[in-house]
Amino acid sequence: MSIQVKKAGLLTTVQDLGRVGYQKYGVIASGAMDPFALQAANMLVGNEPSAPGLEMTVLGPTLEFDAPHLISLCGADMTPTIDGTPVPLWRPVLVQPGSKLQLGSVKSGCRCYMAVAGGVDVPLTMNSHSTYLRAGIGGFHGRQLKADDELPVGRASTVGERIEAKLLRGGNGAGIGGGAHGGARDRAFSAAAWQPTSRMMPAYSRDPDVRVTEGAQQGLFDADTLDAFVASDYKVQPQSDRMGYRLAGPDLHMRERVELISEAVTFGTVQVPPDGQPIVLMADRQTTGGYPKIAQVISADLPLMAQAAIGANVRFRFVSLQEAQELNLIMQMELEQLQLGIRIHYI
Amino acid sequence: MLPLGDCAVLVQLGDNIDEVTHTKVRLLADYLDRHPFEGMVEYVPAFTTVTVYYDSLRLYRSYLQETADGDRIAAAAAAPASRLNAGGGGIEAEEEAYPYHVAVERLKRILRDIAVTGVSPPRMVEIPVCYGGEFGPDLEEVAERNGLSVEDVIEIHASGEYLVYMVGFAPGFPYLGGMSSRIAAPRRSTPRLAIPAGTVGIAGEQTGVYPIETPGGWQLIGRSPLALFLPEQSPPTLLEAGSVVRFYPITRAEYDRWEGRGL
Repeated sequence: MSIQVKKAGLLTTVQDLGRVGYQKYGVIASGAMDPFALQAANMLVGNEPSAPGLEMTVLGPTLEFDAPHLISLCGADMTPTIDGTPVPLWRPVLVQPGSKLQLGSVKSGCRCYMAVAGGVDVPLTMNSHSTYLRAGIGGFHGRQLKADDELPVGRASTVGERIEAKLLRGGNGAGIGGGAHGGARDRAFSAAAWQPTSRMMPAYSRDPDVRVTEGAQQGLFDADTLDAFVASDYKVQPQSDRMGYRLAGPDLHMRERVELISEAVTFGTVQVPPDGQPIVLMADRQTTGGYPKIAQVISADLPLMAQAAIGANVRFRFVSLQEAQELNLIMQMELEQLQLGIRIHYI
Repeated sequence: MLPLGDCAVLVQLGDNIDEVTHTKVRLLADYLDRHPFEGMVEYVPAFTTVTVYYDSLRLYRSYLQETADGDRIAAAAAAPASRLNAGGGGIEAEEEAYPYHVAVERLKRILRDIAVTGVSPPRMVEIPVCYGGEFGPDLEEVAERNGLSVEDVIEIHASGEYLVYMVGFAPGFPYLGGMSSRIAAPRRSTPRLAIPAGTVGIAGEQTGVYPIETPGGWQLIGRSPLALFLPEQSPPTLLEAGSVVRFYPITRAEYDRWEGRGL
């Protein structure tokens, strides 16, 4: 079973939840920029939340399916269609053999994730399926996808098989798809009528309000600078990538120039290089850094940051560490409940 | 100890880059290798700090399991999200149950226990380097700047013993201490866009070797045929924090015979 890449899109890579345990060797974590969307996508097709899927950036790929595949698309809206019919996001979708899934330019957001039941079947490198582009390892041959690639697909879980079977029978709200008449087999695809409750979704927005906690060197910045940091829009610059978001806005000044000793940085660290323009470190960040850290994006809002497109205006707001922890726990528990709910429903 | 966001604790073990602090960093790192605590994900040692990453949900639950009575565990485990959402979005648990707090408490306990354990002996790594020529385009500039001959620079560089204080910037990229100030040279004003893997460089009073091709501003003095990043092996890098490095000169012919092999 495999998926044919007809067009690769701008930057399509295989990602899971990252390379855990190797940062002490200087190996970057990588993984999905929007871990919420990837996890949700996996759960909708019966996968473990950490299964490898596709991260599609700004302009999506065109994929052809040689066999029936259960997929889901979560995250940015790239106006996906299968054989010309619009496909809903955030739902399990059974695609029939010979169908073509086409994703266009993003209408909202920046990255869309595709999970397929069984996961994209690529080998583990240092305990992860994630693509580490600069080192050329992990994912699909260590690189972004290109036309004519053939993506191997793993074996669907029991839950995945059940969801697939139900969509094939056309029961339980299935039936969105090309060709209004006839059985599921005659349509290009059938999508489930249900989706995760909107209550659990991150507050995705074109110009997101991103909550942050104090950075370790926040004290090096004067009060006016900290006021400006939260009172102003910071615009996402074109040089932003999976490594970090470069932002433009009022300069962030340190009270005095201090040489710092390098230490660990993490997903969401907001650091300020000497030019005063902040950088938010993302999935492909280096493991350590020496710039002062003014703030730290809370885990629950990393999806909002990851879906900010070039030109988006980001507004930061400080919250307490306690609130950040609560929001993170809630997000993780809700993802757990989604997985549990799907399992209970289908088994 | 300080939070690094809501998923990591930074443990500060000193204020200066020196061997005393480095030994403390290694003691904690060694201990965490042997006795990772429940909910710990990984750690990153640096010059004066060890940053410990944790899984919030696992820490939260393991705390509840350790301390709470059966009813509370059952309640927390059965309807976690609704429980958290109840009462205006706050966790009903006391401050002690917050993951950061649990991680700090576990690390405090570890720091108390650590004194009785020893640090493992440093690993010596000898790295062959073909100095100068196309591999070390800045060797002559480093020599001139310091009023030395090219041979002097090689001699001084290859006679040092270097301690890997930390690994960062790239997989297996060592921050080495112990270079003689007699061969120091500032970074280049314009960084090179691509420095080949294996290149040995100097920046200020530091020397280092690039494990993968990256951009960089160091003065390049030679290249090693050794692979420093080995993604298929465990550990995946030749150098780790705490390794001790010696460089030794090899000829171009030796370099060509060696290239691509491991140690």
